[in-house]
Formats: sequence, C-alpha cells, structure tokens
Amino acid sequence: MSVKQISVFLENKEGRLAEVTRVMGENHIDISAISIADTTNFGILRMVVGNPVKAEAVLKEHGYAVRITSVLVIAVEDIPGNLSMALDTLDKNSIAVDYIYASMGRTDNRALVVLKVSDMETAMDLLSNAGICVLKDDEVYRL
Amino acid sequence: MIWNPEKECLSRKEYDEIQLERLKWIVNRAYDRVPFYKRRFDEIGLKPEHIKTLKDIELIPYTTKDDLRDNYPFDLFAEPMDKIVRLHASSGTTGKPVVVGYTKNDMEVWKENIARLAAAAGVTNKDVVQIVFGYGMFTGGFGLHQGLEHMGATVIPSSAGNSERQLMFMEDFGSTVIVGTPSYVLHLAEVAEEHGLTRDKHKLRVGLFGGEGHTAEMRQQIEKRWGIICTENYGLTEVQGPGVSGECLEHCGMHINEDSFYYEIIDRETLKPIDKEEEGELVLTTLTKEGIPMLRYRTKDITNIEFAPCKCGRTTARMTKVKGRTDDMLIIKGVNVFPSQIEGVILGMDKISPHYMLYVRNEGFMDTLEVQVELADGSLLESYSELEKLTREIRAKIKGNLLIDAKVTLVGPKTIERFTGKAKHVVDLRNK
Repeated sequence: MSVKQISVFLENKEGRLAEVTRVMGENHIDISAISIADTTNFGILRMVVGNPVKAEAVLKEHGYAVRITSVLVIAVEDIPGNLSMALDTLDKNSIAVDYIYASMGRTDNRALVVLKVSDMETAMDLLSNAGICVLKDDEVYRL
Repeated sequence: MIWNPEKECLSRKEYDEIQLERLKWIVNRAYDRVPFYKRRFDEIGLKPEHIKTLKDIELIPYTTKDDLRDNYPFDLFAEPMDKIVRLHASSGTTGKPVVVGYTKNDMEVWKENIARLAAAAGVTNKDVVQIVFGYGMFTGGFGLHQGLEHMGATVIPSSAGNSERQLMFMEDFGSTVIVGTPSYVLHLAEVAEEHGLTRDKHKLRVGLFGGEGHTAEMRQQIEKRWGIICTENYGLTEVQGPGVSGECLEHCGMHINEDSFYYEIIDRETLKPIDKEEEGELVLTTLTKEGIPMLRYRTKDITNIEFAPCKCGRTTARMTKVKGRTDDMLIIKGVNVFPSQIEGVILGMDKISPHYMLYVRNEGFMDTLEVQVELADGSLLESYSELEKLTREIRAKIKGNLLIDAKVTLVGPKTIERFTGKAKHVVDLRNK
C-alpha cells in the first residue's frame, strides 16, 4: 500500500497553519512530515501523519478542503550524494518529480524523504531495484 | 391555476380603463390628504384634474426614498391612525427607516395580490408553507404569510435562522412550499445535505423567492439541490411589499398586478419615461393604496416590461428579472457592474460554491475589484497549478462577460458569510 498524504487548502491568513496543527494535536494525530510553499494568496499544506483516515475526517469536520494523495516515502543514508542517486534513477526513466519534502522522522541513521511522482508504481519498482529503501505505509504511520 | 381570472385575464383596453380610473382617484386623494403631494403639485401649477389620460401621469414629479425619509414617520399617510391597522418599515441601512401604513382595505388587496402570485407558482390550499423570511418590520414575512393563509394553505411561520430546526419542521410537518430569500434557501440546502435530509425525507416541491434578486443560475442551482420548482416575486416596502408582481411556471417574467400598480420605465440618466419594453428604471404608482399613496415612486430597480401573451393564460404585463439596482450598480474603472452579473458567472462553475463576496478598492487612483469565491471541496488540491487554473478561468469569464479585470481569491469552504435575510455581496472600500 502506498503512503497517504493529506493536502489541506489554506488561505493566506494569520493563524491558519497554527489552527490546522492545533486540530491535529488535539486529536492526537502525529505529524511526521509537513510542507507548505510560500505563495501570495493561498497555500496547500501537505502532511504525512500517523492516521490519515482520521486526519481527513477531523479536518473536514472543521470545514477544511482536504484531499488524500498517494506519495512515496524513501529512506536514504544521511550522507552527501545519496538523495541524488535516487533522483537520478527516476530521471533516467523519465519519471517526473512533482514535489519533494523531507520528513521529521528518521529510521536508524537514514533521512526520510517524501516524493510525489508522475508514475508511482514504476517509481517504486525502480527505486527498490536500485537498492533504495521504499517504506511501506504502516512503517511510515508508526514514525 | 389562475387565482382571479376576472382581474388577471383582461384585455389591454380593460386594464387601461381600470388604471386610468384608479389613477385619477389616487391623485385626488394624494392631493387632498397629503400636504407633501399638494406642495409638489402647487409648485408646478399641477391640478389633479389635469390628469385626463394615463400618459398625463408624466406631469407628476417623481417620489423617492428620500421623500419618505424626510416625512418620517407618518407625514405621507393619507389616513388617520385609527384607520391604519399595520405599520411596516424597510431596513434602513443609513439613518431612519422608511415607514409605511396599511388600512384594512390595503391588507385585503395585499392578500389578494400574494394569493395570485402563489397560485401562479402552483400553490394551493393543500400546501404546507414554511416561511423562512425574517418576520418583524420587513414586509416579506407577514406579506406572504397573510396571502398564503388567505388562500387556505397551512402556514408555518418559522422565520429565518436556526437552520437545523427549520429542517426538522420541514421533515416532520411535511412542508411542501418554502418561502424565503434565495440565498437563505440555498444555505438551507447545504445544511440539509450535511444532515442527510435527502429528497425522500422531505416533501418540498415549490420555492417562492423574494426579498432580493437572484440570477437564473442561482435558481437552477437551488432547484437542483432541493429537487423543487422555484418562482420569483417582486415588491418593495414603499408601494406595498411583496405582491407587485410574480412569476408563473412559464418563467418568462413576473406578472404585474395591473389593477394595483401602474408601471413606467424611465431612462437611468435622463430620468425621462421611455418605451416600457426598453430597459430602464422601474417607476411605480399605487392605484389602490389608502394608507400611503405613492405617486411615481422611483424603485431604482432596472428591468423592462413585456406585453407578449404568456402561455399561462394571464394577460397581465410582465416585468423581466430585475437586472440590478441603480444603487447596487458599481462603476469600476468606468464600467457599470451589477453584482448579479458576477453571480451569473460564479454559479455556472464547478469546484466552487455559489457564495461570493466582492471587494472594491481604490489602489493608487485605480479602482480594483476582488472577487472572493469558496472552494467547494479538496478535489483540486493535487497541485497549485489546478487551483491557479481555476482562478484564471473565473477571471477570464468575468473579463469576457463584464469587461473587467478582477482579482480572484480562493477561500476555504464555508468561510464566506451566509445570510438569512437579504444577502450582502459587496464591500466598497473606496474613499474609506
């Protein structure tokens, strides 16, 4: 099973980001990766959380526009050049990376990276064959 | 069903005769009993007997909302208080409201006029009517209430607000007709969807809308979401309240109660009467009103009149959907913009809700228009480009329809205020 990412529409208003994280905290949902781009009018907050189904329900209840998207989470050795190896593999096979962000979680001495790519299935096979650790969904949710 | 064929199916000549006879009567009354009108007539040497034909009405000066405010509260009344049985007032956004009074006979005429428009929408004495207009001084609530009761329908005066209780009544009492402002009825549809009040759980079949204008797109959206048929009716406190005109099921304009109101269309700029079939400001004269006669009242509403026969069998003239109010008309960078035009664009689009707000600002000596729309759900959150594509699309449509370059801002679901009464869509921040 692929990892489920939560996307939330945020107006560019003071306190909106804090409000979402507060709602997560109050419902005991752990955030293991989070990303938002700097835009003028609105933002899409992306998160990998411990319980995506519950997170979606809770956020919808609070009136947010929410969407669940499948993403890849890979673990790379925390040494220079390793991330580039993973990305090269995708690039050589013409798989586009829509966006990428790092996770706050860690396993052993490896950094976790969240990837949204054009072709999930193929990317997963390619990365695994190249010896890169692709995390299963339950491994990610436990982080 | 036609409520009163003897009054709604006459020939043009018969309407003209009734109108002329009643016009002479009301002009005489106004002159004799209301010092304001006597002064206005005397200033220009006009006598009631100068009104010999319907066209002679053009000799009479217009009456405006300011005249009503200047004569607050009762100086335009033509009857003493012991003959007045009801007072209503319009929502005055600035200063004193406009106050109107009704005699017993005025109330009878009012009921009759409402019964006609309700019957035109297919309402009968078997219907259970839930009125979600705010009651109180606003003419909408009591106006529809009395008329529907008069025709024998069961009236639930639930008034506006407390949406969940509204839905409980609707389900438990088996409401078949809902009466309110279109924006509140649309909001109720959202609440009904949230609470799982599906089509099989309510008996609603007709919506009667008034109190504010709305676009055809909005009506269609409400019809689709509730699974009902809706008609629009028109009126204003100054001449009676609702019941000036109302749509039949043909949806081809609102049939005017010609035995109660004389209508003119005037040019917005020159204020001279123009051909009634041309678009301009509607001017109304009450033909039966005893409590407070209104001679040539400038409604500020933009419409035009259609005389072609209607398939429903009524021969009364029809006024087309009000395009906007001259008061609401925004002039942005020299372009005339009615909020209803923007509503027309927004309601035709997927992925956004039908709620919107307009902000007009002055930035560096330039007028700017910001249109805030609500994202309906999370379906476009896959990438920024999809959200940007949506805002570009809305902007292009506004530009195509209104020739105005607006800034389109997306906001989260259900963050724009829902109105239980008349919706307020415009915030003009210029010169502030």
